Amino acid sequence: MADKEITRILATDCGSTTTKAILIEKREGEYRLITRGEAPTTVEAPAEDVTKGVLNAVGEIEDLMGRQFLTDDKEGVFVGDDPTRGVDIYMSTSSAGGGLQMTVAGVVKSMTGESAQRAALGAGAIVMDVVASNDGRLFHEKVADIRRLRPDMILQSGGIDGGTVDHVVELAQVIRAADPKPRFGVGYKLPVIYAGNKDAADEVSHELADIAALKVVPNIRPVLERENLGPARDTIHELFMEHVMAQAPGYGKLMQWAGHYVGNDWENVPIMPTPGAVGKLIEMVAKAEGIHVMGVDIGGATTDVFSVFDSEGQPVFNRTVSANLGMSYSVSNVLASAGLENVMRWVPFRMDEADLRNRIRNKMIRPTTVPQTLEELIVEQAIAREALRLALVQHRELAVGLKGVAQERTIGDAFDQTQTGATLVNMMQLDLLIGSGGVLSHAPRRSQAAMMLIDSFVPEGVTMLAVDSIFMMPQLGVLSEVLPRAATEVFDKDCLIRLGSCVAPAGQGRDGQQAAALTMHMPDGKTREAVIEFGRMQVIPLGVGEKARTSIRPAKGVDLGEGAGRNIEVDLEGGVVGVVLDGRGRPFVLPAGDSERVKKLQEWAMALTAYPDKFLSLGR
Amino acid sequence: MAFAYTPGLRVADVAVIRKERRLPLKGRVLVSPGDEVAADTVVARTELPGNVKMVNLANILGVPPDDIPALLLKKEGDPLAQDEILAQSKGIFGLFKNTVKSPIAGTFESFNKVTGQAVLREPPSPVTIEAYVKGRIVDVIEDEGVVVETRATFVQGIFGIGGETRGEIRKAVKNPEQELTADLIDKSCEGKILIGGSYVSHATLKKAVASGVKGIVTGGFDDRDLKDFLGFDLGVAITGHENKGITLILTEGFGRMHMARNTFDLLCSREGMQASINGATQIRAGVIRPEVVVPVDESVLGAEKPGEQGAMNVGSPIRVIRAPYFGRLGKVAALPAELQQLETEAKVRVLEVEFADSSRAVVPRANVELIED
Repeated sequence: MADKEITRILATDCGSTTTKAILIEKREGEYRLITRGEAPTTVEAPAEDVTKGVLNAVGEIEDLMGRQFLTDDKEGVFVGDDPTRGVDIYMSTSSAGGGLQMTVAGVVKSMTGESAQRAALGAGAIVMDVVASNDGRLFHEKVADIRRLRPDMILQSGGIDGGTVDHVVELAQVIRAADPKPRFGVGYKLPVIYAGNKDAADEVSHELADIAALKVVPNIRPVLERENLGPARDTIHELFMEHVMAQAPGYGKLMQWAGHYVGNDWENVPIMPTPGAVGKLIEMVAKAEGIHVMGVDIGGATTDVFSVFDSEGQPVFNRTVSANLGMSYSVSNVLASAGLENVMRWVPFRMDEADLRNRIRNKMIRPTTVPQTLEELIVEQAIAREALRLALVQHRELAVGLKGVAQERTIGDAFDQTQTGATLVNMMQLDLLIGSGGVLSHAPRRSQAAMMLIDSFVPEGVTMLAVDSIFMMPQLGVLSEVLPRAATEVFDKDCLIRLGSCVAPAGQGRDGQQAAALTMHMPDGKTREAVIEFGRMQVIPLGVGEKARTSIRPAKGVDLGEGAGRNIEVDLEGGVVGVVLDGRGRPFVLPAGDSERVKKLQEWAMALTAYPDKFLSLGR
Repeated sequence: MAFAYTPGLRVADVAVIRKERRLPLKGRVLVSPGDEVAADTVVARTELPGNVKMVNLANILGVPPDDIPALLLKKEGDPLAQDEILAQSKGIFGLFKNTVKSPIAGTFESFNKVTGQAVLREPPSPVTIEAYVKGRIVDVIEDEGVVVETRATFVQGIFGIGGETRGEIRKAVKNPEQELTADLIDKSCEGKILIGGSYVSHATLKKAVASGVKGIVTGGFDDRDLKDFLGFDLGVAITGHENKGITLILTEGFGRMHMARNTFDLLCSREGMQASINGATQIRAGVIRPEVVVPVDESVLGAEKPGEQGAMNVGSPIRVIRAPYFGRLGKVAALPAELQQLETEAKVRVLEVEFADSSRAVVPRANVELIED
């Protein structure tokens, strides 16, 4: 086969719930998205083969294009230079392994056990069990529990440096006896991270090296008074991306499919973990535009948050994978973590608690279903707000500069809000917030996505909001590795949907009181005056690509980024929603009373025309 | 037309089921390939070394560690009874002797002359693994366990709590629409696996526990009751280790949901037979679903349909698994290729379903599951 330019690209992303396929072609000199298909991910019985979902999603593209993309036997993607069928290159990302579920071990449950738990939680894992020398279980009970729970990964800590060795080795013996097997992925060893007493490292290696993929990292508790969670946390991230997510059934076959011909030789394109691919794109945007960016990808099992903020004058990229927060597999965990009241507070109608709980639980046990009624959609978007909020809490705690001991404490402290000064995340400095994932990308109205992003991330000052149009950032991330130009063109023209700027003054005041006044010089040459009132939201129509030079005059004590009461001059950019003026105050607090809260939620939703009018009669 | 794939739970009147049974530690396998086993047959056993108890004899007796060996009344390897004397000081003129008694029954393992510590070990505790299902041993995992094969009626639930248990199947309601209420449970239900209908309440569940019921298989259960029953809000669906005195298996989901007629009829047809059930559920990739296994003998006919599992075509029997038609049964009437708009305004791939009463509705393809004939 002769070398030829790649003009037809098929890329898939195998999420924990849905497998998405996109077709990109070069037409009239530029790469554009042509169509997309999707199908439920097939890692569960009866298929238990991730490629089945891929075939179904690509089959949708065949239906829509009226052209052949699968091989004749329908058992693969056709890659070749036949112009009438197939593509020039096929590539994929995957997160079909679902969330990260870990068992951690430490000598003393309330000390190294807790530190290990914090490290795992900080890496976004669900901690299924804390095994400790003093946890009251017999040796064989610990062994049985490790086997029964089938963790994706084990973090073993124990002992300060120079402290106990015997107990640490005994914990390693428990793990050895359990001989833990991965949930799937025959022929690969379960990752075990050892982050305990350095004096015991050799003996632990002796116990575990042959039965596990052992990685030894610095002690998470080198001395009693200090935690050092970073190295273990980073290794958890790394192993999750490289090993766990790569083990979905059928993954081996998928790896063989992904590639293209270079001359006559077949060259594989490695499957990239979804969060890694999205992260690449977020970094690319921040670098290209020289701005502070946050991105969030809310999936079925995990919610990944990405950010680029300055640390000591240099842009720093951070990524967190909250493997316990998502919209399907992890949806009940959102309820358990956030509490029912926090989910209910976003529902703009009255709803029976038992009914809501059952709906959420039914989504968990049947993860691939979609809301068919408006009521169900609004409930899902309420849950999404809490998943996004909690993922941001975790990200704030982890995206810190390397300055001191306190910063090495992570999510374990997130919930008691003891220290936040070290975080790099600064919502007032944030320039661009990008949302991705089914619940954001597929929100029937873009204004719903804008509301979800604003309610959960609570941006301050002036922030541009955007969403991934059809949830294709993962595929573009992997494409950027092979064909950066194609990735950039499709990202700019077809992927990033600019919703519009959000103007949110920091400060609080009485309902209806003026928070700020705006003078906008509109693109048509006219001048428009607007007022942001506390407790209100409104939208100023301004289209995609349109800008309005605006002076904003905040009220006394109100800050828009230059300090309390100080005016700012800014170019407000429009989008498919328009410029959103959010006068709900920062910090943003919902009204406490039920009827006032519902009234306000409805009022704000109507201000953004987020739902069809029918939603006003729901719950009556 | 793209091949439509949808997940479904197994409901098989007769299937060949294999179960791996492994010890938590290496031990001894007690059966051989080809052996017939009952559900309660112990197939492998091991002994766990007893817990160690340290006793500092030197401190208690107030003498240097070097002097202890002369005061010991036990030597390494000797059995010990609780409160038996381990060592005794010489006292003063034969009086005022100090003694150290064994705090445990077990074995005198060793004495350390440097630290003055005696190491005592409790008796080993036996750990056994049962077959779980009546069947035949088809494989032995050396020193660890076995694989048991059985020919059985096999029903997968959607969610469960509680671990493995066994009992005789008893039909507890008249039809799959009926709620299993407390008045239907009495002492005669002790040791039984009750087949319920659409729903069981927390109060009924508590009565079942008090009556010695081993397990309940029912259509639906309330999440709020689950929280009350477990004592906490279950985050991720990883269950099976709850020790609540009963195993509960839901076949349909949360809320009041009629058990699928096929499932109900099949389970009730096995009334009086011994079943092995397990509520263990793990809803994540590499899913584990709760199960009911009812071994049957050769006289029970029926075979699993090999068919194209997961294929959905016009005419396929389906169940809707999301509001507003949740739980309704029907068959696929059409599979339009074009995306269609829902009430939510989302455009998705849909199918047309014809319900049992001949009425029709359009539902997202993602919101149905296949029912095995």
